[in-house]
Amino acid sequence: MDNRAATLAKITGMAKSMRKKALDIALEAGAKSSHLGGGLSMMEITATLYGAIMKHAPGNPQWADRDRFILSKGHGVLGYYTALSEIGLLSEQDLLSFEKTGSFLLGHPVMNRARGIDFSTGSLGMGLGLGIGVALAGRKRGKDYRVFVLMGDGECNEGSVWEGALSGAHLELDRLTVIVDRNGLQQTGTNDQILKTGDMAAKWASFGWNAVEVDGHDVCQLFDALNAAPQPGKPTAIIARTTKGKGFSFTENNNDWHHNVLTRSQYDLALEELNA
Amino acid sequence: MELNERNTGMWSKIGSRATFGLVMADLGKTVDDLMVLTADTSTSAGLDRFKKAFPDKFQDMGIAEQNMVGVAAGLASEGFKVVTATFAPFMTMRCCEQVRINLGYMQHGVTLVGLASGVVLGTLGYTHCCVEDLAVMRAIPGLTVLSPADCGETAKAVEAAINSNRPTYIRLTGGKDNPAVYKTDYDFQIGKGVVLRDGTDVALVATGTMVYQALNAASILADQGISASVVDMHTIKPMDAALVEQLCKTAKLIVTVEEHSVLGGLGSAVAEVVATLNKPAPQLFLGLPGEFGKTGEYQDILDHYGLCADKIAHKVAERFSRL
Repeated sequence: MDNRAATLAKITGMAKSMRKKALDIALEAGAKSSHLGGGLSMMEITATLYGAIMKHAPGNPQWADRDRFILSKGHGVLGYYTALSEIGLLSEQDLLSFEKTGSFLLGHPVMNRARGIDFSTGSLGMGLGLGIGVALAGRKRGKDYRVFVLMGDGECNEGSVWEGALSGAHLELDRLTVIVDRNGLQQTGTNDQILKTGDMAAKWASFGWNAVEVDGHDVCQLFDALNAAPQPGKPTAIIARTTKGKGFSFTENNNDWHHNVLTRSQYDLALEELNA
Repeated sequence: MELNERNTGMWSKIGSRATFGLVMADLGKTVDDLMVLTADTSTSAGLDRFKKAFPDKFQDMGIAEQNMVGVAAGLASEGFKVVTATFAPFMTMRCCEQVRINLGYMQHGVTLVGLASGVVLGTLGYTHCCVEDLAVMRAIPGLTVLSPADCGETAKAVEAAINSNRPTYIRLTGGKDNPAVYKTDYDFQIGKGVVLRDGTDVALVATGTMVYQALNAASILADQGISASVVDMHTIKPMDAALVEQLCKTAKLIVTVEEHSVLGGLGSAVAEVVATLNKPAPQLFLGLPGEFGKTGEYQDILDHYGLCADKIAHKVAERFSRL
């Protein structure tokens, strides 16, 4: 197997392992529910970032030259904590403490730099501003780290996202990449029903970003888009077309799984499908 | 930043906004990793000189305050000392949620400077006046809230806030010809009110522009045989509870005076201490009523709401007579 094929296989394996861990977390959370749908739609994105794209130093999560990640769609923790677990920053025991009293792993990320969580997020529309600040700091310090901000398409309802879209382009932050998890659904309906977001790639391009559209579950497309050299003077926006609840027959495109309880029989069925 | 007659005299003429800009131009020379962000308000913040002298330490973020606070926190997370400045309502309420999460929850050491707070922009209407910023900022966990009495104290507060590396809101009040309370140097410490005058009957606890008015009111009261102490309560949060308790031991009446709504500002913060004491003193709340009310020239608004020395003295004497 050549390097590229090995990398892609590693990402695919990682995403599968992350889905298994997400199911374990969701089952353990029980009646507290979890945001399974939006976590599952972003699995390949975080697997690609943490598995193959982002520079990080094992054992040193605060390494000054590391690439930075901000989960702007803070409710997507199942696709985040599981990735941090894959690179050894969270144990499986940590994952199973999810949302329990006293746990540091809540339903939205709480800043914990020793564990690779650089920012507290969950209030939508706020990750991009932080990412711009971090990217600007990197440029001022002469660092070449990249900054990745993952946001939801529903999140793009927030006006502050578009303040950031103007700002990132104006400041010509070419080390900054936004990834929009374009699953088409938000809490209570489709984007089109709640607030039309239209042609997302055209919007980001018109704001001055290098906009790219990919299949957000195709690790080959994701890897190529994330691995591409940045366009000088332009931040990149990757619109990743995804399926909310991706991976399991009963969760895919079913918005009941925005935030829901996973039963034991559903867990068993999902595990069977994952291993099929 | 040492105060003397020369600099306090000059600053007093140009007002707190221009003073802030000059102070930043000075700090730009010595503070490493300083970043100043504005929202298309560099001139309003007196920062033109800073912008020219330190282009690498300045960034205009455009009229986008929510993004500005996010960017400020992102820079602070990488070790920059960040100061943001725009008009007070936009610095606090337009981006309140960003302040709450990025500064309060995550504790990023950003200094927010709210320009022209209170009613100094009364001719522009209440979109540009700000009578509730102390209340709003004070309610956010983990934020320090400062309200300097004059231009000299503005210089002290800005320097102290930047050096503290803690999330801080600084409220600037008053216009040009902003009378100086301090003409010589003194010890400014965040969280420690300054007793400017001793007195036994009444304690006037004031903040912002009202400190100068309270000092004059105390003189008027002295002529009427009422002995009033005056405190410059430049820190609204954390409140100097020990000082408030001390005042209640001698004063028969606590009077709070602020160019801010009486709902949630200095008066409320002081009352939250007074009410817990075994021997609390009655409190008179002087300030603006919680309304979008009188507009027009600054002095006319202050006069209308009784926020000038003679009217303050009159209200205090009247309340004191009924104890």
